[in-house]
Parts: sequence; C-alpha cells; structure tokens
Amino acid sequence: MNYLECQNIVKQYSNHRALDDASISVPKGSIFGLLGPNGAGKTSLIRIINQITMPDSGTILFNGEKLGQKHIRSVGYLPEERGLYKKMKVGEQAIYFARLRGMDKATAHEKLLKWFRKFEIASWWDKKVEELSKGMQQKIQFIVTIVHEPELLIFDEPFSGFDPINVDLLKKEILELKEQGRTIIFSTHNMSSVEELCDDICLINQGKNILSGEINEVRNSFNDNLVEIKIEHSLENLETLLPAGVAVLNEKQNNLFAQINLQTSPAVSTNDIIAALLPYARIISFQERLPSMHDIFVQEVKKMRQP
Amino acid sequence: MSNPIRIIIEREYLTRVKKKSFIVMTLLAPILLVVGYGLIIYLMISDATASKKNVMIWDESELFYETFKSNDQYAFSYIFPDNLDKAKEEFNKSDDYALIYIPKTQTIVPEAANIFSKNQISMNVKSYIGTAMQKEIEKLKLRASGVSDEIMESIKSSGVIINTIRLAKDGVKEERSYPEIRMILSYISGVLLYFVIFFFGGQVMNGVTQEKTNRVVEVMVSTVKPIQLMAGKIIGIALVGLTQFLLWIIFTAVILIASSVVFTGSVNPETVTQLTRQIPAAGVDANTIIAGMTQEQGENIQYIMESIMSVNYGVILISFLFYFVFGYLLYASMFSAIGSVVDNESDMQQFTLPVTIPLIIALVMAFQVPNNPDGTIAVALSLIPFTSPITMMARLPFGVPWWEIIVSIALLIGTVWTITWLSAKIYRTGILMYGKKISYKELVKWIKQK
Repeated sequence: MNYLECQNIVKQYSNHRALDDASISVPKGSIFGLLGPNGAGKTSLIRIINQITMPDSGTILFNGEKLGQKHIRSVGYLPEERGLYKKMKVGEQAIYFARLRGMDKATAHEKLLKWFRKFEIASWWDKKVEELSKGMQQKIQFIVTIVHEPELLIFDEPFSGFDPINVDLLKKEILELKEQGRTIIFSTHNMSSVEELCDDICLINQGKNILSGEINEVRNSFNDNLVEIKIEHSLENLETLLPAGVAVLNEKQNNLFAQINLQTSPAVSTNDIIAALLPYARIISFQERLPSMHDIFVQEVKKMRQP
Repeated sequence: MSNPIRIIIEREYLTRVKKKSFIVMTLLAPILLVVGYGLIIYLMISDATASKKNVMIWDESELFYETFKSNDQYAFSYIFPDNLDKAKEEFNKSDDYALIYIPKTQTIVPEAANIFSKNQISMNVKSYIGTAMQKEIEKLKLRASGVSDEIMESIKSSGVIINTIRLAKDGVKEERSYPEIRMILSYISGVLLYFVIFFFGGQVMNGVTQEKTNRVVEVMVSTVKPIQLMAGKIIGIALVGLTQFLLWIIFTAVILIASSVVFTGSVNPETVTQLTRQIPAAGVDANTIIAGMTQEQGENIQYIMESIMSVNYGVILISFLFYFVFGYLLYASMFSAIGSVVDNESDMQQFTLPVTIPLIIALVMAFQVPNNPDGTIAVALSLIPFTSPITMMARLPFGVPWWEIIVSIALLIGTVWTITWLSAKIYRTGILMYGKKISYKELVKWIKQK
C-alpha cells in the first residue's frame, strides 16, 4: 500500500513551471529516493507535501486520505538549508520545535533527552546554538525532525556537513526508523547512498518524473549486459577462449589480479563464461555489473537535454 | 493540543524579556526620567532659593549710590578705594561674589560698568545689574531734561502678570490652562511614541529577516502557517513593549514614592505644616521642596505643581497605550512584510524608506504642534492613520474634540486591518524567496495571488 500518493501535480510560478504533471507513489514503510538535478522541482514537490505551498492542480493522498491540515504533524521535514535560532539554547530550542509539533513540554523534554543521550550530545543541552559546529547543529536538527515520531519523514540531503562516522550513525538511525515502519522520503545527489538505502526511487527532471520504481528493477531495466571478472593473471588468448558473443571491453592488471570488463549479450549464460575460463585461470570474483544509479542519473538527465 | 501561536508568542516574548538589554532599559529609563525631572525642578527652585550673594561696588562716578539696594538675592556694599588695583585687592581679600566698578566718564552719565568676579559670573547677576543701571541712567537723563521726580513716579508700572485662561465651548466654564506643562507632555508623548513604534517595529523586521536568512523559517512553515508565525512574532514583541511600559510606570512610581519619603523625613515638620497652610493646593511633594522659601517663591512652585496636577494623566496614558498598540501593529506588519522580502539587511533601505517617511513627518510635526495644536495640518495628520498615533499624542495634552479622536481611532483600526492583511500576503510568499531582488511590481503580484 502506498503511504503517500502524489498524482499529476502542477505548480506554476510566475515565470516558470516548477512541476509539470509529476506523480510519485511512496510505499508504506519504505525509503523512497527522490532524485533529480538542481532545479528539477524536488523542493517544490517537498514543499507541497509539507503543505508549505499549494499545488495548482493534482491530488495528494496521505495514507489514503486527501492531504489536509491534520496531516502536518504526521510529517517530519529536514530541509536541505538547515536553520536554528542561533542565540537560543539547544535544549530550549529543541523543546520549542517539539511543542510546535504538538508535544507537551514534559514529554518533549523526556524524549529529547533520550535522543541527546543516544547521539552522545546531552552535554550540549544548555549551550547556545551559535557555539556549536555545523555538524553538531545538523545532529540537533535531525533529532528535532524526528522527535515527535512522525509517520512520514522527509530528509533533504541529510548527510551534508557530516563526517563519515556521523554519516554511518545517521544511516543506522534512518534504517532503524524504517524498521519501525516509518515511511521515508530521501532526497539527495549522493547516488551511492541512494543505492545503499533506498527501496524505491523516482527521478524528476524539468518538473516531470522520468523514471520511477523499485531501485533494483530500475537498475535492471538499464542492464546493458556488462560483466566484471577478476582473475589471478591475465590470459593472452582471452578473446578466443570466451564463448561467442562476448567481447572484452578493457583489461587492467595489477600486482594481485587482472580485472576484465566484458560485454555480453542476453543470449549468453554467465555460467558459460565461467566454464570457459575455469580451466585456464583462478577466478577471484565474477559479477554482473548493473549500471550505477549515478550512470543512470547522468544518462537520463542528459538525454532530456538533447532532444 | 496547544495553539502554535501561543507557543510562538511565548518564545518571542521570553527570549526578549530575558535579554540583558531589556532589563537594563527597564531599570535605567525610570531612573533617568526621575533624575532628569528632579534636576529640572531642582534647578528651578535652587535659582529661587540660592543664598544671598555679596556684591562690592566702587562707584567712581558717584551717581549710583541709590541704585543698588540689598534684597533677598544680593547684598550690596559700597567701597571707596584709591584706585582700581586697591579695589581688586580688597575684593580678593573678601568672600564677595563680584566687584562692580563704574568708572568716571566725560559724559554726563556713564554707560559702562565692569564686573569682576572670581568665578564665571552668572547671567542673572549681569542682567540684574545691567537693568538696574539702565533704569538709573534713564532717570538721570529724564531729570536732566527737566522731568520731575513726581512724573517719573506716576508713569512707573510694575511687571505685567499674564494669566492664561481657557474658555470652554459654552463660554461659561473657565479653567486655568498651563501651556508649559502641556507643551512638555506633548513633546514627550509624541517623541516617545515615535521611538517605541520604531524600536519595536524594527525588532519585528529584524526578527523576520533573521529567521529568513537563518533558514529557520523553512522548518517553521512546515509546522505552522506563515500567518501564525507572523502574528506570533508581532504579538510577542507587542507584549514585550507593554511589559516595558508597565514596569516603567511601576518603577517610576516606586522611585517617586521612595524619594519623597526620604525628602519628607529630612524636613522639619513644623515648616511643612506652616507651608501647607500657605499653599493649600500643592501636594506633599511641594511641601518638601519649598521648605524655607518666601511667599513669592512659594507661589512660583505652586504654579509648577498646579500645572503638573492639572493634566489628566489617565486619559493620556490610555490613549498612549491605544496609539502604541495600533500604531505598532500598523508599522510592525509593514515591517514584517519588508523583513520577509529582503535577503539581507543592505537591501532593506529600498523598502523601509517609503514606510518610515510618514513616521518622520509625524515626528517633525510633533515639534510644531504646540505652536498650533488645532491647525489644519496638525488636525489632518492626527486623522491620517500613518501619522495619527504620533500627531494625536502630541495634540492630546492640549485637548482634542471627541469626534476627532473617534474618527482618528476608526480610521486607524480600519487601516491596521487592511495593511495587516496585505502584509500577510506578501510575507507568506516573501519568506520562501531567496536570492532574488524583489520589485514593487512583484509585490503587487503576490498580493493578488490567491
């Protein structure tokens, strides 16, 4: 079942059309990657889901109901441009935001402290925001976004400004939220994290969605039959050994192994390739190379630029 | 579920009230006010009650022996030295305040005199001596041209006393009017209102711009409606202003009561009762201040006290609060719209200037109002909503017809309602616009947007 359905959303600004018949379906309990180049309309769409702005036309269903005022508190939004009141104390500020989202003071205090301890930042409670580093502020902003336990979470570039250790911490938390059954919309330009985290994706460009679906299906649909093989030593007569219809794209040799990229065709079974090489070389690894989200992104977006 | 506006108001209010600058302002202003007020009264009285000054005179012309007679303020003594150096020597040995030397001249009467003193001579002394000498010279000249002393005595007139009396419309009721105190109040309330509207309105504008540039607004509007955010900020800061006034009034009262207790304690009770009998209209404060004064000086103080008491402070205070609240709402909503439109403080000028011009006109006019409180311009500006809070406050101490007040209030409320509505429309679009210089044409478009 889809937790969020945006159908045929149109949003016209005075001099450009930000969203032009865009539709997305976000399955319940999944991590949904909302992708697209800068200016594609992602932020416009997110603002509409957050009810910051209204679409000119189109319908939005939130858990099967028409999106309305009462859903605002079921959404947690971490905007790309983070902002906190600089002069306010961290704890005070976190409670303020939690209260605005419908929590009472005591519960907010208790829940926030739990999160602060989990992130090992409880000692910052009485510090002013301006005393903290950017990364520290991001952590607080993340906690503020999720503390009221919203059903739908929208993270816009959540990892920007974090060091790798904190990125891992955040990834763990995001996956945990998913485990708890929350639905997450994840917007980023970092394609490797998309591959790592997302269940479904949607690629938006020029206000339209040009690609969507389950991430592995999407990648599979772009499968151009590439195979990567690692063997101990390069073979001189490699081409002749391989089954018909398989060509060597390139070959790299280093001290430990030779890495060979092969272009195959759907007609050739991967087993045949392995069987052909097995008598001559020690195979270290063999893998079908699905195109990366990065490649798909670049390819699809460029395709639209050249009509 | 508590109302988000209330939570926003709470934050806006508490963060400001807890600031050091707020506490300092709250404590300092009443102290300055009381000290300043006290200083003015002190100077006025000390001038009247200053101790007698001893003045030495060497009248070489021998014409002015009758001119200088000792009185409450001055004690004159004539000396007859051989020359000026001797005179100075004598003066230096004494504790006297000044030495007047009137030299002998070739003309019938001398028209110049020198005043020597150890310290800077006061203007009062100089003009007193000048006037006294001038009168004497006039007399001498008149006598020289044959006017008899009897005639001179008969044409002498004492100082003219001008009583200002205000006639009520029915022409029957009379009350003494005290223009000085009304003028002071007019200046104070006009300027103070200008200042607070600017001060608190400016805080709204800065608050909005900061939220926008900090990008806090992005998080906020995903939780609350822009209008709630705007309203919360405006109301929160208004409450800060009202709290400040309330504390000012309380502190001023406390300081006044405390200081009058201290003064009363230090004055001989017998003198007080005696003076109270003398000046029945003056209150306790008057008694404490005028202790040890003569009847004439007492009357001056009585006039000051009477004028201070003649003002209906209740009406002025209530009007001030009303015009503050609505004037503030008018400008705060415009300022919040401006704050939402600009990305940084340097772009503000373009929009703040047209908005502040009416305020500045009202301020400049506030200084003119006492000259003609019922003049056409003053009346017009006190009805036009953009200037009415300041101009009306400047006019009020002089008395304003009821219908004018009612029209002014009605126009102001109506304008506040319209302007707030327009500002909210600009605000909700403006806060989410970045990196774009906004033209007035664009603003009109935003207002028309559904």
